[in-house]
Amino acid sequence: MFVVIMGCGRLGAELAVILEADGHDVSILDVDKYAFDHLPVDFKGQKVLGDGTDQDTLRRAGAERADAFVAATRGDNRNALAVQIAKHVFQIKRVGGVIFDPIREEVYRGLGIRTINPTKLEAGLLRQSIEREED
Amino acid sequence: MFIIIAGAGKVGYHLARALVADHEILIIEQDPDRVDFVAAELGTDVIMLGDACDAATMEQAGMERADLAVATTGDDEDNLTFCQISKARYSVPRSVARINNPQNEGLFRKLGIDSTVSATNLILGHIEQELPWRGLIPLMTLTGLDLEVVEVRVPRDALTAGKQVKQLLLPQGSLLCLIISEGTPRLPAPDSTIHAEDILVAVTSIDSEEALRSALTGPPGNP
Repeated sequence: MFVVIMGCGRLGAELAVILEADGHDVSILDVDKYAFDHLPVDFKGQKVLGDGTDQDTLRRAGAERADAFVAATRGDNRNALAVQIAKHVFQIKRVGGVIFDPIREEVYRGLGIRTINPTKLEAGLLRQSIEREED
Repeated sequence: MFIIIAGAGKVGYHLARALVADHEILIIEQDPDRVDFVAAELGTDVIMLGDACDAATMEQAGMERADLAVATTGDDEDNLTFCQISKARYSVPRSVARINNPQNEGLFRKLGIDSTVSATNLILGHIEQELPWRGLIPLMTLTGLDLEVVEVRVPRDALTAGKQVKQLLLPQGSLLCLIISEGTPRLPAPDSTIHAEDILVAVTSIDSEEALRSALTGPPGNP
């Protein structure tokens, strides 16, 4: 698969690395050139400096031939916009986005967008670890 | 009407100022200095401090009672989210969004935002009316129908110049409504001839814009 990732923070960079290890081609976008420092030196994918909510920038990152798109920045609204551009403008089949606000995530899931809510996931994991220690 | 506006920048503030005499207005703004300014100018009940896309703030604002949601911030992602949450979670009947990146205008309409306003596209439209240009000039959007009324001037070298209306291959969902030749409007009949420099007015679905453009002004080429 060819995957375009928006956001090269810890999360986006980690995802890029594991996807590449699985044999996928990756193109990763960020507005901050220093964000690419999160990637290991042997990362082979394409690094694109630019705003992933801009259609021309997404095109430059290869959105027209992408099989999947993931929005993984810290900004919920940015992720939601980028995911909807990927889905409706570039007709990318598999799109997903990180939405930190649980309520916003619910709204976007209701609109048919695949979303991950780290807040709920992390809270669940923390609960598990605390409850386990009580045993 | 009860109108909730996201963003108390210049657009949001002047909009509120124009509407506040006749409507119930509430602006949601994140910047405390801006909130103080609007409170001093228009009154404290017109403005509230908070993130317009945050559910707690939206609830406090009375979003479920709003007749109209207007997003005026300088960030398209915030404008889209505010309008989408207003509609999906609070069933606000009508939403209007300011568009900052003109490329987003079609997408926003496709996503159910009832009206969009792009200053860049408006200015482009005015410039294009003055220049020879193969593009479609959007004249108006038909609310809630995904249709728009567009104008195009037939270029001198267009393949359509000299053809009859029945020879045009218009895309599905597009309808030629008016031919204006040298200032005189006429209704298109199947045997009406299209001349270079004619102005054509058509209704089209937003998806068919590009196909309509090449059908009316072909060959497709650079402006």
